[in-house]
Amino acid sequence: MEGREVVLPTVSRVALCGGTHGNELSGVYLVRERLKRKRKVEEEDHISVVTVMSNPRAVQQCRRYTETDLNRCFTHATLSGPVTDKTPYEIVRSQELNTLLGPKGSPEAMDLVCDLHNTTANMGLCLIAYSDCDWISLHIYRYLQRQMSDIPVRFIHFDLPLNEAYSLDSVGKHGFAIEIGPQAHGVVRSNILSTMQEGVQHMLEWVHLFNSGTQFEGGKVDVYTMVKNVDYPRDFETHGITAAIHPQLQDRDFCLLRPNDPVFQTFSGETLKYKGTEPLYPFFINECAYYEKGIALSLARQRSVGIPSIRSEREGEQGKRKSSADEMEEEETIKGEMEGEGYQKLMEYGEESDSLNGQHN
Amino acid sequence: NTNVSCFHEARRVAIFGGTHGNEMSGVTLVNLWIQNGKEIHRKGVETKPFITNPRAVEKCTRYVDTDLNRAFTTENLSAPSGDDLPYEVQRAQQINEIFGPKGSPEAYDVIFDLHNTTSNMGCTLILESSKDHFNLQMMHYIKKAIAPDSCPVLLTEHPLLKYSTSRSVAKHPIGLEVGPQPQGVLRSNIFESMRVVLKHALDFIELFNEGLEFPPCTVDVFRVSEKMDYPRDTNGNIIAMVHPNLQDCDWEPLNPGDPMFQTFDGTTLRYEGAGTVYPTFINEAAYYEKQQAFVTTRRETLAAGAIKKT
Repeated sequence: MEGREVVLPTVSRVALCGGTHGNELSGVYLVRERLKRKRKVEEEDHISVVTVMSNPRAVQQCRRYTETDLNRCFTHATLSGPVTDKTPYEIVRSQELNTLLGPKGSPEAMDLVCDLHNTTANMGLCLIAYSDCDWISLHIYRYLQRQMSDIPVRFIHFDLPLNEAYSLDSVGKHGFAIEIGPQAHGVVRSNILSTMQEGVQHMLEWVHLFNSGTQFEGGKVDVYTMVKNVDYPRDFETHGITAAIHPQLQDRDFCLLRPNDPVFQTFSGETLKYKGTEPLYPFFINECAYYEKGIALSLARQRSVGIPSIRSEREGEQGKRKSSADEMEEEETIKGEMEGEGYQKLMEYGEESDSLNGQHN
Repeated sequence: NTNVSCFHEARRVAIFGGTHGNEMSGVTLVNLWIQNGKEIHRKGVETKPFITNPRAVEKCTRYVDTDLNRAFTTENLSAPSGDDLPYEVQRAQQINEIFGPKGSPEAYDVIFDLHNTTSNMGCTLILESSKDHFNLQMMHYIKKAIAPDSCPVLLTEHPLLKYSTSRSVAKHPIGLEVGPQPQGVLRSNIFESMRVVLKHALDFIELFNEGLEFPPCTVDVFRVSEKMDYPRDTNGNIIAMVHPNLQDCDWEPLNPGDPMFQTFDGTTLRYEGAGTVYPTFINEAAYYEKQQAFVTTRRETLAAGAIKKT
């Protein structure tokens, strides 16, 4: 792996999305501030960044979603399904976002989609993606690890094929979520927001360096691959939970869970132990939004992944590199779309005064 | 001995959970005790666990139409009942009927209302009246019982800032506010703290009912002073967050000149009050819409006379 250099197209079109879950406020505030400073589309050398408020309605109400979880609506099936006036808002919205940032799987899609999230779990900063061999994402991960010393930075891999990948970041040619915790939903913690701002800044820095021709040397990075979810013990009749995450597991995301380690504590004080045979790494421990999805914690395997040295294509290097005329035309088209109604709707909730976070329902 | 206040036995005690449907410790404890009330049973007392806002609990949301814990106003309670009223107002009327009527001799003796907060408030007891000697004695008892762990007492007696709570239906209302815990999340340690505080509270009631006289005592409290909103722009949008130096520092002194908020571009805004205050409810999720970043309090020592049962 080391010694082989991989040449990749530039990452010239980046989408930065927040408010995919309306109550995960770091991303909401980050996007709002960028939109306020009129940074709908930023263009510097080599890179254009589009800032998007993904679920304006949920953001307005400060809820995760209004009818269905937007971040589960990006499978191929949902994106290509028919839309009627009974279609849930989030599905209509996922198709809108797919038109704007995709279409998913096509050459027109954004080069990089970065989706900003928070979790109530003590996960530090995690990049979450569907591939463990997307060199762009893995190099960005390593760069963030090296630049950010105050917070643990990790990479979580969900092993799903593209058409089954269900989240917004799967719409871009490259994509990942930046997930930062712990933060209660509906709350902005200044330290968490700073961390997210820093993470986004370093990511864009990397993209800029990459597009300018910088070579990034290969090496090894640690990756956590999701293996399975564990639900709470539940009452057979009511389906209500009958235990809470054990105090010795609470907040210990990414601390190895061994067979017979405590996992749950029932309300009568009994300890329930991990019954698996393989030691695994827990994450999303006690994430609020996952109670309804039947997930108390997720478990992952850790492994070391070799990444090659990479650099961006030089002009004229490969046949499929666009001419600068084509590139300018494309940027004009994007601008046109931006000013169009569809994009205005995207921007609405970012710019109009939403003085309060709306009713908490 | 002179000056002993006599109170009737506390025969009817209620424990409210789910007044806010996404504050999980209370919801879980009350549901547990509805199924099996052994833990809350005390000799000579009827202890009734009760879910006050079942629809909000079902949806795991703070409220459905309006905040139940602000709904027990005289206006709401005396309004003609009807299906067109907001759900929580209807609920307030029903609760007033079962556990009240508020202000009458038939009202329940004691109601404990279980809450969680995203703020780092530990186990806070909320007192509505500085003249409730029964409650003051109970809080003194609880604080002693859980020492060296602390149990701050927040006094919400204030002409403007006091609000009409579910528990206010009872003669002796007590709020339990335990945090930090995100909405919709159940943390074992928070759950257990609440459980322990309630145990001591019920022990106090049992001792009182058995005839024990409680000598005069003093209780240090934090009296609510001023509501502080987030700085906002002319359009009403929040333009700053709780400063990292203030975040999680509930009950610690905030002096004039101390950092209070941090704007999104990193500027520090400082506290400009006249003297030292003790902030609490710092960065409570549910209060963004109520225009409250935190509330300031001032320390006070209240004296409670001796009490015993009639």
